[in-house]
Amino acid sequence: MTEKVLIVDDEKGFLDVLAERMQSRGMEVTTATSAKEALQKMEAQTFDAIVLDLMMPEMGGIEALQHIKEKNPDSEVILLTGQPSVSKGVEAMKLGASDFLIKPADINELTEKIKLAKAHRMILVEKKTAKKVKDILKTKGW
Amino acid sequence: MNIQNDQIGLGGIQFFGKMAASISHEIKNVLAIINENAGLLEDICFMAERGKPIDPARLKKLSGSVKDQIRRADHIMTMMNRFAHSVDEASVSIDVSEITQILVSLSARFVAMRGVVLEVVKPAGSLAITTFPFGLLNLLWLCLDYAMAVVGPGKAIELLAEKTADGARFRFGRLEHMEAGAVPPFPTERETALSQTLYAQILRDPAAREVRVLVAQRRDA
Repeated sequence: MTEKVLIVDDEKGFLDVLAERMQSRGMEVTTATSAKEALQKMEAQTFDAIVLDLMMPEMGGIEALQHIKEKNPDSEVILLTGQPSVSKGVEAMKLGASDFLIKPADINELTEKIKLAKAHRMILVEKKTAKKVKDILKTKGW
Repeated sequence: MNIQNDQIGLGGIQFFGKMAASISHEIKNVLAIINENAGLLEDICFMAERGKPIDPARLKKLSGSVKDQIRRADHIMTMMNRFAHSVDEASVSIDVSEITQILVSLSARFVAMRGVVLEVVKPAGSLAITTFPFGLLNLLWLCLDYAMAVVGPGKAIELLAEKTADGARFRFGRLEHMEAGAVPPFPTERETALSQTLYAQILRDPAAREVRVLVAQRRDA
């Protein structure tokens, strides 16, 4: 099954080439050059993983991460950034980022992290579905 | 060294660190783009080995993209080098256009992050001042930082340098809402102490919607 990925980065030259390379690896890739655009795209569809740059104009990665988690707490967010400070990295992980990669990144490592993120998300979704079914069975008493 | 000098020294190191961190981030971005383009070339070769024909136009585009990034990195490093050498001499003659260019390049990422547009009006003809370049860059950055806080995202700041009888004047203009409550105090002790060591003066003029920095020629070299 293909992984649905959203990549968010204000460097268009980076975004386009990375998207092309991930598509050639069988992934379904959507791109956004700003956090605002990414949040809009999240309204329309769900993603197995979101690859997010930390340093972006208008809304930075940390603020974007907060909004993403508010909208969809099960989102798997992988941070991909230039040169993060330790404090920013810690803050991002505390806010629920799944993983962290520093640019320039190895595509195989990124692909592996996306696959892991998808597997983790599927487990979470399955657990939630099982709980919902259990709750329905309890309340309806069939 | 007295307390004032200590403050200026610490502030200077903080300024240097902030700019160095921003430059390293920019270089990382450039490397990331080159890395992806090199990776795409590998992907194309891999596919060609399996019989997919290579499109020369695709390769040309990739090569153009790498060249663009090399030009970008070259500019960043040239500015970094000039910035690093700005500490060499406490008093040296420097062209105002050069100081402005270094400031604009160093602050480009911060300006973009704040969603502000910085419009630079070049001085008519060459205009040299004798000053401590690093100190002046630090002072101008603090003024720009304040100006960005004043205007907020989506607005433009005009930066203009002009000759005065005894040096140069830098004007940060179009600063709307200078009297708004949320605006940070300015100039603080830090800017005042720095301007004193540079024989400079900061004038905050809400009526003209601008901050002016008057820099006198140093005569203590």
